[in-house]
Amino acid sequence: MIARGIPDAQVEVRDYTGGGDHFEALVVSPSFEGKGLVERHQLVYQALGDAMRAQVHALTLKTLTPAQYQNRR
Amino acid sequence: MADVIERIESAIKENKVMIFMKGDRIFPQCGFSAATVAIFEELGVPFATADVLSDPELREAIKRYSNWPTIPQVYIGGKFVGGCDIIRELHESGELEPMVKAALGATANQ
Repeated sequence: MIARGIPDAQVEVRDYTGGGDHFEALVVSPSFEGKGLVERHQLVYQALGDAMRAQVHALTLKTLTPAQYQNRR
Repeated sequence: MADVIERIESAIKENKVMIFMKGDRIFPQCGFSAATVAIFEELGVPFATADVLSDPELREAIKRYSNWPTIPQVYIGGKFVGGCDIIRELHESGELEPMVKAALGATANQ
């Protein structure tokens, strides 16, 4: 779902309680380049749209550009 | 409606660190709110909180005001900085403390 809303995004999602409403997501996308954290998270929330309100109780987000992701490994 | 916006604006103007959260600093009602408060407690800086659980109008209004779907929400120096993940990330990278100090310093000089 996140991948659909943000072109070129690599997304890793983990359902950390197994209940289908608490998630942890790592999103790596070149579209984050030059954007602050607030804007990056807003892009992800936007991609989730109504599901964010309806289904997701908690979402822990990490947003990286491909360069930042490389540096981390 | 206009009323609650005014309340938000005066809260973020009067408090250099303003946290909209679930519960209060003594009894946070959500793990993310608790984690956020803990970071500011650790920094030892003054901050104010508003409980959105006891104020449904505020809860909806702050989401629209910040264009941000989740609680907690942190304003520093009148500017929206983010939720729990961003605060945690800024704290880990060492950027949060100077940001808060700068906001607090700006008041002291007035």
